[in-house]
Amino acid sequence: MASEKRDKEEEEVKTDDGSPKIKPRPIVQLGIFLVAHSPVFSVVFSAAGVLALLILPLLAKNTYISENALMPGSARSMLSNRDVSDGSKLVKDIKNYWLNHEGQGVEVQKLIGKYMSDMGAEVYYQKFHPEGNQFHPLHFFSGPDSYTLLDNVSCASYGVNVAGIIRAPRGDGKESIVLVTPYDFINGGDYEALSLGITSTLFSLLARVTWLSKDIIWLVTDSRYGDYRPVAAWLTEYHSPSFKVSDLLKCGELNTADTFRRAGTVAAALVLKVDGRSERFEDTLSIYAEASNGQMPNLDLINVVNYLAVHRQGFYVKVEKVVSLLSSSWLKIIGEIFEAVGKLARTLNPDWNFGIPAADYLEGSATLASSLYSQALGIPTGPHGAFRDYQVDAITLKISPRFPPDSKTRQHDFFLRGARLLEGTIRSVNNLLEKFHQSFFLYLLTSPSKFISVGVYMIAFALLVAPLPMVAASLYIEGCKALTKSTDNPTENLKSWKWLDAAKQVFALHLLGFIVTLLPYFICQVPGQHSPRNRSIMWGTTSSSLLLITFAIIPGCSPFSSRHHGTNWAVLKSVTISAAFIGLCLMSIINFATAEIGALLLVPTCLMAQPIKPALRSRRIKSLLGAFCSMVLLTIGFPVMFFAISKGLFGEAVVGLSLGGEFWTWLESLWAWKSATYLYIGMVHLPCWLLCLCILFHPS
Amino acid sequence: MACLVRSWIPLLFLQSFLVAIAFGSNEGEEFSEELLLKPLPDRKVLAHFHFENRAPPSNSHGRNHHLFPKAISQLVQKFRVKEMELSFTQGRWNHEHWGGFDPLSSMNAKPVGVELWAVFDVPQSQVDISWKNLTHALSGLFCASINFLESSTSYAAPTWGFGTNSDKLRYGSLPREAVCTENLTPWLKLLPCRDKDGISALMNRPSVYRGFYHSQRLHLSTVESGQEGLGSGIVLEQTLTVVIQPETTSVETNMQPSWSLSSLFGRKVVGSCVLAKSSNVYLQLEGRLGHESKNVDTEIEAHKLWMNSDFDLSLKPDRVIRESSSLLFIFDIDKSSDSEPFDLGLTWKLPSKWSCEQAPLHASRFLMGSGNERGAIAILLKATESQEKLSGRNLTTDGRCTIKANIFQIFPWYIKVYYHTLQIFVDQQQKTDSEVLKKINVSPSTDKVSSGMLEMMLELPCEVKSAAISIEYDKGFLHIDEYPPDANQGFDIPSALISFPSHHASLDFQEELSKSPLLSSFKEKSLVRSYTEVLLVPLTTPDFSMPYNVITITCTIFALYFGSLLNVLRRRIGEEERFLKSQGKKRGGLKQLLSRLTAKIRGRPIEAPSSESPAAESSFLSSKLIFKIILVAGAAAAWQYFSTDK
Repeated sequence: MASEKRDKEEEEVKTDDGSPKIKPRPIVQLGIFLVAHSPVFSVVFSAAGVLALLILPLLAKNTYISENALMPGSARSMLSNRDVSDGSKLVKDIKNYWLNHEGQGVEVQKLIGKYMSDMGAEVYYQKFHPEGNQFHPLHFFSGPDSYTLLDNVSCASYGVNVAGIIRAPRGDGKESIVLVTPYDFINGGDYEALSLGITSTLFSLLARVTWLSKDIIWLVTDSRYGDYRPVAAWLTEYHSPSFKVSDLLKCGELNTADTFRRAGTVAAALVLKVDGRSERFEDTLSIYAEASNGQMPNLDLINVVNYLAVHRQGFYVKVEKVVSLLSSSWLKIIGEIFEAVGKLARTLNPDWNFGIPAADYLEGSATLASSLYSQALGIPTGPHGAFRDYQVDAITLKISPRFPPDSKTRQHDFFLRGARLLEGTIRSVNNLLEKFHQSFFLYLLTSPSKFISVGVYMIAFALLVAPLPMVAASLYIEGCKALTKSTDNPTENLKSWKWLDAAKQVFALHLLGFIVTLLPYFICQVPGQHSPRNRSIMWGTTSSSLLLITFAIIPGCSPFSSRHHGTNWAVLKSVTISAAFIGLCLMSIINFATAEIGALLLVPTCLMAQPIKPALRSRRIKSLLGAFCSMVLLTIGFPVMFFAISKGLFGEAVVGLSLGGEFWTWLESLWAWKSATYLYIGMVHLPCWLLCLCILFHPS
Repeated sequence: MACLVRSWIPLLFLQSFLVAIAFGSNEGEEFSEELLLKPLPDRKVLAHFHFENRAPPSNSHGRNHHLFPKAISQLVQKFRVKEMELSFTQGRWNHEHWGGFDPLSSMNAKPVGVELWAVFDVPQSQVDISWKNLTHALSGLFCASINFLESSTSYAAPTWGFGTNSDKLRYGSLPREAVCTENLTPWLKLLPCRDKDGISALMNRPSVYRGFYHSQRLHLSTVESGQEGLGSGIVLEQTLTVVIQPETTSVETNMQPSWSLSSLFGRKVVGSCVLAKSSNVYLQLEGRLGHESKNVDTEIEAHKLWMNSDFDLSLKPDRVIRESSSLLFIFDIDKSSDSEPFDLGLTWKLPSKWSCEQAPLHASRFLMGSGNERGAIAILLKATESQEKLSGRNLTTDGRCTIKANIFQIFPWYIKVYYHTLQIFVDQQQKTDSEVLKKINVSPSTDKVSSGMLEMMLELPCEVKSAAISIEYDKGFLHIDEYPPDANQGFDIPSALISFPSHHASLDFQEELSKSPLLSSFKEKSLVRSYTEVLLVPLTTPDFSMPYNVITITCTIFALYFGSLLNVLRRRIGEEERFLKSQGKKRGGLKQLLSRLTAKIRGRPIEAPSSESPAAESSFLSSKLIFKIILVAGAAAAWQYFSTDK
């Protein structure tokens, strides 16, 4: 970019001399052309970026099984009624236990353990602590090993997981497949018991089949302490045990010392939950796949489950979608327009059949929005997220039966189908010689059987951020010209250093952003119990006072400083835009969805930002409109504001001071899950937003 | 026809004559076949086939063998093998249920895949060459990829950790080798009766490979004659250990399944191999001594042993031998024939439970850590139930009771082990090396040249409940052509060998036996050893499926680089400017194009360049540019239309 600028300047100099023009190289020509017409192009590119995002549901491809070894559904199911009766018996026993006992102790775990060992599995129990995630700024991107072992543990609350391992009869024990069923051992739950029934049915079968080549681990986690934490605790123990003595082992009557067993590298994991009653006529299967920081399991795993559920077992498969979008009229209109365009295209050429019905478009974009949102948030959508930290492909399957939990007659059929689905999936994974690597890891889902691969969805983002360097270059040139005019001193005309003042300001605000990002850690260290609201107030006041201090200390940083000290706003904007561009590009590598949503907010704000004073002075409609737009965009761009708006979009309105508390809780969850989105907000979005604010109130 | 008969008769004569000579000259060659059957506590049955072939020392340099396989004797002579063992294994030995402290398990529980070790009788400098040649010869002989052990990155030279103290020992294993009938067939070819007759006729391939564990082993050792001029004799021991689940119809889970040879293997024994000196079948029942009297002199007592309230044997044993904790029924199959095949059966009448004797410590090994960068290997030793019983035996000089455990481990070079990170925990307390580590021998790996090896001897207190050893490693990067075809599966770390040098397993029979090779090998004290699991390490693998992208990107970069480089080298900006300034007039673009075209047609350089100048357009959107763009766009649209619309 710098060389382009220089080229342009050189060219200008020569034309001033009156010498004949030299034709520059085409690529330089193109660059100059783009920079010269940057306002037009930035509007065109941004609009194209948004449009590309909107037509993504049209470009979604049907999923296909990429790895040939998987061969889903090619083997006949071997499940018999005997297996199902095993599962039913376990559910009945657990229900009887709940009728006669109050939930205490580890009796239910022992009951499940006894069933497992009767089937021929190796059983063990694992104790764990419910506390897990602690925010520590330095451990942000470090691996899952950073769970610090608490020294003074109390026996007051601890969970007990049960796990059973079936060894593959002829296998070499190098790999294993994990099945997880969360169950609340204290309060029980009728639907949760059904998930135990399905898995126990399957386990009974797997204990006697000869085709297994990978060991099977069935993990029943103690979901009293959430779904995620028990699984994470088990995985930590599996992958990085502490050989030191732990106080936890002495708690309770159950002796779990040295009984932990392992079964090789985990190839894949399936989390099964039975939850609520299906609203539809069929049993519903929901697939959750997003792990931390927008990481997804291999698409093949979802494909296998989807294929077996739809084509073999007749489940209604769905993935999460933003329900409020389904009823939005503007999206519907867009869908209808696309449908019409698609029809028109088909009349021109029958091969151009990219058009989809408006209803499909609506569904697809609602799913896509949810997919983008879950990935952007960076918080795993289920216990499967814990596996992704160990490079294990895992998904959560949530089955909602269409019958009430106490219906005996339907239960048999439900167990049979659920277990067949899992059997087929396990059989496919069992067939794999290599780990999942054939299919996509970077994708967005628009329906369980449609996806958008990275090559397609990158276009929208690339179009969105493309104007940033162009506008930065054109603003820089403009700013340089203005500076040259304003200062007569030729020594100050060192062109290449004009950006330095602006860069100082940008750097100072980014540093501030970094400090603000770290502040919550110190606020958490403040002794005493504070409500989230108080904490957010603390945070807000500290941050704003820090901001004022920054403005006071560094001259030229503040928008309120006198004109002579202040930098030229065009140069400042140019550097701001460059910083935003770099930040967005970096973020797109770490978590694409965050970068995409961030670009949607940040790019228009950065592009529209301009001093409000000249606009008010000039009183021209165009400039007033521009100033108004930039103010609106800045208001929306404020993280708290955007949080409130998105909350409103999802149907939960929050107003007033409780908003601060909500926002704090939300941020706390972000850093507890080590989401890179938190870093993005603090270190890219907030500084850029502040800089835009500076530009808005610039004195010039 | 008559002619044919006439020509046959002398040939037959000749043959019988030759056979007689052969018998005469090699009277010492012996072959014996044996089968040991043993019900296991977890409702499975172990069948252990044992064939022994002895060639005594002879002057004839082993050229004329009668029974002994020529291939093996040539192997021994060519590579000067002193002792060698090759095993092919599928499945895992279950130390908890199938035992770990008897000679059978310590000799036949082998790591998954192929394991080969050999001691050579050659000068130290030639050991590696002999090993490499041996691997190739065995690879051809057994239809297996043993030749991969030739590479110096895949074998090691253990000094004392392996149990055999020799500096001419080489050890290697291939965990990923798939074992199948193609390996069994050449192994059977070494037997004089192959699988046509005798006990080996039981080896029905489907039933052998349906088992939970099978390990075929070939062990050969040379016996020095001690006499000058006489060569050395060879003992070839071939064993096949199979663990089979008998098919049962009863649903009762606590009842041991009843079985017979024909139900296990689908075949029966119809007479022994005529070339075998002895062919016996043994049935070993463990844990059945509590309620039986001490001596078996009387006929009634003996009868009671094989036909009692607990179980029934379908055949009367020829002998019954007692061992410290088990009973051994001996059957001679010489008497069986086509009309009366040998089909031993065991029928349980009452539920019965027993447990096998286990090694003092149970070893398991696993990987720690996550990610593609670092990790750690941990070996966990856990005390077993039988430990208390054994612990009294090993008192050190200062009166402390200790268990010694040797750990022998090979690390492939891409597992870069940091030996200084070795940590030892005994009963969850971290110990310093000097406390528990008695001896350690480390040979670090060299990248792409040799594998690393770790041998260590731990001395643990007898009352130890658990011990853990962890050692950290970095994952190395392989060169693109070093990846195997299924690189995404991960890479194997071969099994570690845990042996207990102060514990020896043997069966002490209370009476003198006839010369049965199997039983005498059981009677000898053998080192208690157990192999750990094979580990799978996922390494970083390049995306092999994208060579196209790589080629495209590389070509683009090359084109850009060379294009700009040539421009920089060739163009002289100053000259061009001067040239432009000196130029007076401009000529029309069309005319210039025409002149170029004519020049090209004529095949000459452009004439009179001084009169021409490059067209410098004042606007980007000149008519020429627009024309070009429209032309390209039109071509593209046409191409799109005609290529898609069929």
